[in-house]
Amino acid sequence: MIAIGLEGSANKLGVGIMLHPSDGSTPQVLANIRHTYVSPPGEGFLPKDTARHHRAWVVKLVKKALREAHISVADVDCICYTKGPGMGAPLQSVAVAARTLSLLWGKELIGVNHCVGRMLYAYYRKIRSLTLLDIEMGRLITGASNPVVLYVSGGNTQVIAYSSQRYRIFGETLDIAVGNCLDRFARTLHISNDPAPGYNIEQLAKKGKQLVDLPYTVKGMDCSMSGILAAIDGLAAQYGLNGEQKEDEEEHEITGEPVSNETLSTRKPTRADLCFSLQETVYSMLVEITERAMAHVGSKEVLIVGGVGCNERLQEMMGIMARDRGGSVHATDERFCIDNGIMIAQAGIMAYKTGFRTPFKESTCTQRFRTDDVFVQWRD
Amino acid sequence: MTTADPPPSSSTYTPPPPFNTSTTPLIPIYQGAEAHLYKTTFLTPSTPAALKIRPSKPYRHPILDRRLTRARILQEARCLHKLVKEDVSVPAVLGLDWEFAVAADNEGNRNGNGGSWLVMEWIEGEVVRVILERWERYMKGLARESGSQEIPEGEAEKVRGLLRKIGAAVGSLHKAGVIHGDLTTSNLILRPFSPAAANAPEEEHSSPSMEGEIVMIDFGLASQSVQDEDRAVDLYVLERAFGSSHPRTEKFFEEVLVGYRESYKGAGPALKRLEDVRMRGRKRSMIG
Repeated sequence: MIAIGLEGSANKLGVGIMLHPSDGSTPQVLANIRHTYVSPPGEGFLPKDTARHHRAWVVKLVKKALREAHISVADVDCICYTKGPGMGAPLQSVAVAARTLSLLWGKELIGVNHCVGRMLYAYYRKIRSLTLLDIEMGRLITGASNPVVLYVSGGNTQVIAYSSQRYRIFGETLDIAVGNCLDRFARTLHISNDPAPGYNIEQLAKKGKQLVDLPYTVKGMDCSMSGILAAIDGLAAQYGLNGEQKEDEEEHEITGEPVSNETLSTRKPTRADLCFSLQETVYSMLVEITERAMAHVGSKEVLIVGGVGCNERLQEMMGIMARDRGGSVHATDERFCIDNGIMIAQAGIMAYKTGFRTPFKESTCTQRFRTDDVFVQWRD
Repeated sequence: MTTADPPPSSSTYTPPPPFNTSTTPLIPIYQGAEAHLYKTTFLTPSTPAALKIRPSKPYRHPILDRRLTRARILQEARCLHKLVKEDVSVPAVLGLDWEFAVAADNEGNRNGNGGSWLVMEWIEGEVVRVILERWERYMKGLARESGSQEIPEGEAEKVRGLLRKIGAAVGSLHKAGVIHGDLTTSNLILRPFSPAAANAPEEEHSSPSMEGEIVMIDFGLASQSVQDEDRAVDLYVLERAFGSSHPRTEKFFEEVLVGYRESYKGAGPALKRLEDVRMRGRKRSMIG
């Protein structure tokens, strides 16, 4: 059984091809390619421009994926696409592409919830590695695969745990997502969007030393990011760091010597210091709400998914927390944290096997699509 | 000392002075996300007390950690003190230290921030989460026996009564001008009316008793406010906690709001605001 997955809920257009052999052996990734719309520094990706990018690239990517997978159209069983949540215009472009392929090739359509696709994908990868471990150690590992999931990306910030056939949301952001907060601050500082604003903030933050005071907004297991963004934008403006980096801007020498606390508290913060402070504050909040959810459900494992999950500092902080609780962190690596077509193909093929179809009439897309709206048939 | 101190792990954690020299053993009760809770005694060996230790969090930047640890323990103590004065059922504060030293190093120096501690009155009883979980298990067993998902009226009424009491307790808290900030069923204790009932062993396969008084605990994220917005968010957090931890009781949550509405004058506007807060929750489903 072969599925093509089309993912384009934000600025990345991904096409993945997944093979589930009929003999039940390990599923294989036949192709996993992607093209990203990179907006100019100081600007975010606008729905209109992103949709145009997706329309321009989708045919090329699908053709390339088929070539890479060494399969023909006749081998494909179903076309899976992201139904939501995401940005309206890009979602529509991808839905239209999926419908066109479905009609053109006479294949079944499967609409997939982006968040579930992503979690299932990470989950599935973990099971595989645990299974390998089992074979090596010659014994079955049981009861270790019910992690608390922190889902952090440009559009989502949720703490999720599985209970009674649904992924239940224990905590989430009350306003903007953490990735959105970081991206928008990158825009304030005119940091490059290539390869990703969050990645560039992370690199800059490594040079930061001084922690500036920012709001710390945790409410139970929920958090809020918009006030922090406003506060740090305000600080950037106050120190003249917004806009493009100026020629005369003071850059502190990076030496091996630690800077004394007095020097730190009196000197003017740099761009790096602001990035450092923003990361330290928001990641502390995320680790805190994850820890609270772990304490609440009694789980010792954490799984970080989503684009922000690539951040090494977040992984490090989460690792320290999990270790203190006698548990561990599973983070998906960079190739899989970022939106990709494979996760959609994987979720779609699982749904397809259970008999799920998206009739042509219902092959719409929706900007709102909650994770806990999906009835999970493939897990018990 | 040449190497960095390993962060305290749950098993090897030693309590700070004066509790490390106390003759009464510290009985670990619970390791929450933020704090370790122990049962100990205060002043006399027959006065039980709850000791809450907030170890510093090694994953956080030290400055941020210090700021948060200090602010939270002081905030917690202030809120509890105010509530006790207003006669709201919460544990009374007995003492605290907002920054205790870490264990002495080889030269006998005690530096840095080991965290903070707070000693409070000991509250007898079980947390509501445990009671509801036991009840949900009992209902599941009942449904298996009878083959019907129907909840017997007597059981439903019992849970409604408990939820109304919870609503009234939250109302008395808000009336006193305090917001809890982390209302979950783990932070509500049902204190039996008589000490004898507290000691009576609960039978695992019977429907749990829901008699008693609701006492709110863990004011670690509490703040002082009389704004409808803050009150509404407090209720919203509780509503979500019910939905995610006790799916079977979700349909009874309305009773919490009934109890809340009757508890004080300002409840109406806060409940009105709750509707807005619910709508604002991100990506609410468009169909119900």
